[in-house]
Amino acid sequence: MQMSVRAFRCWLTAYRRIWRSSIWSSVFGPLFYLSAMGLGLGTLVNSHGTASLGGVSYLDFVAPAILASGAMNTAMAEASYPVFGSIKWNKIYYAAQATPLRPADIYRGHLMFMAMRLIMNTALVTVFMWAFGAVRSAWVVLAWPVAVLTGLAFAAPIAAWAITVTTETSFTYIFRFALMPLMLFSGTFFPLSQLPGWLRGIAYATPLWHGVALCRALSLGHADLLGALGHVAYLAVLAAIGIWAGARTYQRRLYV
Amino acid sequence: MDGIDFELYRGEAFGFLGPNGAGKSSTMRMIGCVSPPTSGELRILGKDPVKDGSAIRARLGVVPQEDTLDVELTVGENLLVYGRYFGLPRRVIRERTAALLDFVQLTDRAKDKVDPLSGGLRRRLTIARSLINEPEILILDEPTTGLDPQARHVVWDRLFRLKQRGVTLILTTHYMDEAEQLCDRLVVMDHGRFAAEGSPRDLIGRYCSPEVLELRFDPDMHTTAADKLKDFSSAERSEVLADRILLYVSDGDAALTAVRAAGLEPLTSLVRRGTLEDVFLRLTGRRLED
Repeated sequence: MQMSVRAFRCWLTAYRRIWRSSIWSSVFGPLFYLSAMGLGLGTLVNSHGTASLGGVSYLDFVAPAILASGAMNTAMAEASYPVFGSIKWNKIYYAAQATPLRPADIYRGHLMFMAMRLIMNTALVTVFMWAFGAVRSAWVVLAWPVAVLTGLAFAAPIAAWAITVTTETSFTYIFRFALMPLMLFSGTFFPLSQLPGWLRGIAYATPLWHGVALCRALSLGHADLLGALGHVAYLAVLAAIGIWAGARTYQRRLYV
Repeated sequence: MDGIDFELYRGEAFGFLGPNGAGKSSTMRMIGCVSPPTSGELRILGKDPVKDGSAIRARLGVVPQEDTLDVELTVGENLLVYGRYFGLPRRVIRERTAALLDFVQLTDRAKDKVDPLSGGLRRRLTIARSLINEPEILILDEPTTGLDPQARHVVWDRLFRLKQRGVTLILTTHYMDEAEQLCDRLVVMDHGRFAAEGSPRDLIGRYCSPEVLELRFDPDMHTTAADKLKDFSSAERSEVLADRILLYVSDGDAALTAVRAAGLEPLTSLVRRGTLEDVFLRLTGRRLED
């Protein structure tokens, strides 16, 4: 643990140099989404009636989903190229490897940094949601950690996999064939009840849906304990599998 | 790696020589505790690298073949980050950074980013970085490959000073002059095995003659001369190359007189000292291998 913290602190030092440029995408991404979806598209949807959204405005409906899916996107951004680049481009994993740090420490230290980025970005989105008047319950403060957990459920396995990748085009495939469909079909922009039954079944099994569903329930103030625990358990198991796998894939890649 | 066997002594400089693919870097990785030996016994600082890798690495310094500096950071930040990996407090890192940058003559670049630095400066920074934990053993994988002569001499000078301070140096190199300059003892590796082991002087004495006579003949004469000189009586050994004939002798000038007396007149002739390069080529062959 202490060794992982050493690796984490080094990411912090590096981040201090580049945070200014990264903060802009963290700020403007959600701002654009909330404006375009919530206000733009929302006006159109609201004028047709929002019974199928559970009677809330489209902005209220979509904002917590933007929070959860934003966490997924942050996870992908932080766990794909930065991991790949650390062995292919600037090789800082190799630098760290020559020190007392073990491959698992290098992985966990980097994951801590990803968690920090998730905490930052999701906090921003939560504040924006509130500023846009898209929050209906104080429980939204719990939607924030749930979004972080959603991000970790992606970041941990993606990083564990990214270290094994040999060409960067693999990431493009994941973007196109995994993250894009998840973003579109996890009850993010429309309720799953709009989908045919078989597709709904698949959507319920995906991690983003669990993140979206729980963030939404908290933000709208109708979360129930049992359902919440189920969602959290699903996401936590996925993150745990990633953490378990990451220690091994990093070991195999770096310690040869 | 196949049946290599060696022992290192504290404070000595030990070199691994060999063509590309001979297994030098793999050996370095094993000594650096980032690659487990599949069989055999390896002890570094008296410890088992598989069980105590982390503890051993805390006492090693590594200068890898390829730079692993973070080019986005400054010179000073690179040392800070690396010192952090060793769990050193900020104050200690700051003190050592000042001393180390002075040692590698980079003090005035401390606040510059690494990105625009030349290869030679980066190497010196990598050496400074490898010393942040005051290592007992410094592992250098081709420390001066790709550097210009000035930069190489600066690096050699610094490494020599480290040796004098009692740091054990383990290095790989393609450069025979580097090995002669720095190494107390060295091994020549080929195909994952040790082809020879000893001090540079010792190896030259064992595998080469004191002097070498290099003869170049008119191309029409080359084959005739080669036939006559193949078993030339006043040479310990001779070697016929595509464009030259080498005679390994104890007295080069006397041998040249003997060649002329045999009725052969070379276009050019050169008498030189037997070197580690002759030893190396004799042991590993002249063929190019991938």
